Amino acid sequence: MKRVLVQKLGLADMLEIKCPYCGERSQNEFSYGGDATIKRPELNSEISDLEWDSFVYYRNNPRGKHLELWHHTSGCRRWFKVHRNTATHEIIKTLEIQEELHD
Amino acid sequence: MKKYSIFSLIKNAFNGHKNWDVAWRDPEPKKEYDAIIIGGGGHGLATAYHLAKDYGIKNIAILEKGWIGGGNIGRNTTILRSNYMHDANNLFYDHGMQMWKDLSQELNYNVMYSPRGILNLAHSDAQINSFSRRGNSMRLNGIDASLLGREEVRKMIPFADFSDNARFPIFGGLLQPIGGTARHDAVAWGYARAADDLGVDIIQHCEVNSFDIENGKVSGVQTSRGNIKTKKVGLCVAGSTSILAEKLNMTLPIEAHVLQACVSEPVKPMLDGVVTFGAGHFYCSQSDKGEMVMGGDLDGYNSYAQRGNLPTIQHVLTEGVALFPNLSRLKILRTWGGIMDMSMDGSPIIDKTHIDGVYLNCGWCYGGFKATPVSGLTFAHTIATNEPHELSIPFKLDRFHTGHLLDEKGLGTKTWIS
Ligand SMILES: Cc1cc2nc3c(=O)[nH]c(=O)nc-3n(C[C@H](O)[C@H](O)[C@H](O)COP(=O)(O)OP(=O)(O)OC[C@H]3O[C@@H](n4cnc5c(N)ncnc54)[C@H](O)[C@@H]3O)c2cc1C
Ligand SMILES: [Zn+2]
Repeated sequence: MKRVLVQKLGLADMLEIKCPYCGERSQNEFSYGGDATIKRPELNSEISDLEWDSFVYYRNNPRGKHLELWHHTSGCRRWFKVHRNTATHEIIKTLEIQEELHD
Repeated sequence: MKKYSIFSLIKNAFNGHKNWDVAWRDPEPKKEYDAIIIGGGGHGLATAYHLAKDYGIKNIAILEKGWIGGGNIGRNTTILRSNYMHDANNLFYDHGMQMWKDLSQELNYNVMYSPRGILNLAHSDAQINSFSRRGNSMRLNGIDASLLGREEVRKMIPFADFSDNARFPIFGGLLQPIGGTARHDAVAWGYARAADDLGVDIIQHCEVNSFDIENGKVSGVQTSRGNIKTKKVGLCVAGSTSILAEKLNMTLPIEAHVLQACVSEPVKPMLDGVVTFGAGHFYCSQSDKGEMVMGGDLDGYNSYAQRGNLPTIQHVLTEGVALFPNLSRLKILRTWGGIMDMSMDGSPIIDKTHIDGVYLNCGWCYGGFKATPVSGLTFAHTIATNEPHELSIPFKLDRFHTGHLLDEKGLGTKTWIS
């Protein structure tokens, strides 16, 4: 409870991220991998330049809930997903890499 | 506007400084403007100033959701430089450097421009090579730069770690002598006062929520203080760009990230210019009050929170202490953060949009303060003439489509790696 409150109010002095494989660890152990909703166009499929541009460069960049990739660099070294609020830094949920978010 | 001068200072001193004019008015929004600038940061203020001064558009409003100086313009570490590699960046930012020289006179406001040099340190032979390449690129564009050896650097910053124990020994550095700093608040206030004097309405606490668009043309904006009509709208909202772009059905090659900075307790003069550590990301200058002003990496995840976390501050200051061991004795007074509009190639975007009358100024990453004057100049040109200024042609949005990227650091799209 206290932890949630502290994170909600942005009073935490670091992020505490729950790796789905290792459990809760400090932010220092992780690196960021960006927006997890970006889908690479299918291999060998006919795509427009515009589709390719949006995959490489364009981001929704929401203020609020954001599904993103993190890497447990100094831990199990696995990639996973974090559902996090970009306005408050509150971590709503962490998911294994193949899991989909059901809101 | 009553001019500030030594005489006005003396005159006002005699009546206890009680009769100074307000620096800018606090008007009610009108029903309609010829042009509206969203965002009263440095870029919005400078843009409105140039629209009024150079293009004779007098009926202009700046709509600011907070207060003048509350955004990144009041949060940055005030470094001015034009030590880039690519021609487009060199020419653009150096035009800006020339504008800083006369800015206090032009605005009749002391922006405390202080060209005392910026020194980028190199810690390996490879880095010396790459700095000499960058220095040559600058010189080819007419920008003074010198490559310094270890002993020359030691003369400038003798208290840096020149011992045998240094983890990243200093090999030399690239010096841009006219790099330096200016007082960021004064830049905001000076532009605000000068724009107001030209008739620009600065409307604070007025948030733009959406746009009125008819047949692909803008006809007004919807704000927290009512709807306002206009035919031209310029976005200068820095870290909030994607939020407003969404209202225009635009997705942008931009991510919002938090960048922190901090100052130490004030000490006697020890550091003259700006110094950057080359083996990581740490930079430092000393303010006129004596505080060491320090910054470095982004926190490194999408954020709109205007505050970061301690691990980043600790990481940045560890680098600081590696460079200047004597910093370890200082106490940190304040830390703060601002939201950076990180573009996907690290360079800005100044352009029209697919909607007639809506113009875009964003993507400044962590380097937009130094560009304030030249951004205002070129963006005002784009808004007034509907054409890019010759200096800002390379900063059009379509470069992400044509492949003419301006990726100074070769980082690709992972700009948070800084
Ligand atoms: C810690 C830190 C250090 C930095 N160091 C340097 C440096 O050393 N050198 C350098 O060159 N640059 C530096 N920068 C970057 C520089 O500060 C920015 O690139 C630049 O200030 C951005 O332009 P601006 O001044 O117009 O932005 P801002 O001052 O952020 O202006 C944008 C304004 O838009 C307003 N706004 C947003 N949405 C709305 C809306 N919907 N309606 C109305 N108003 C809205 C905001 O309230 C804000 O006032 C640094 C930034 C930070 C945070
Ligand atoms: Zn793990």
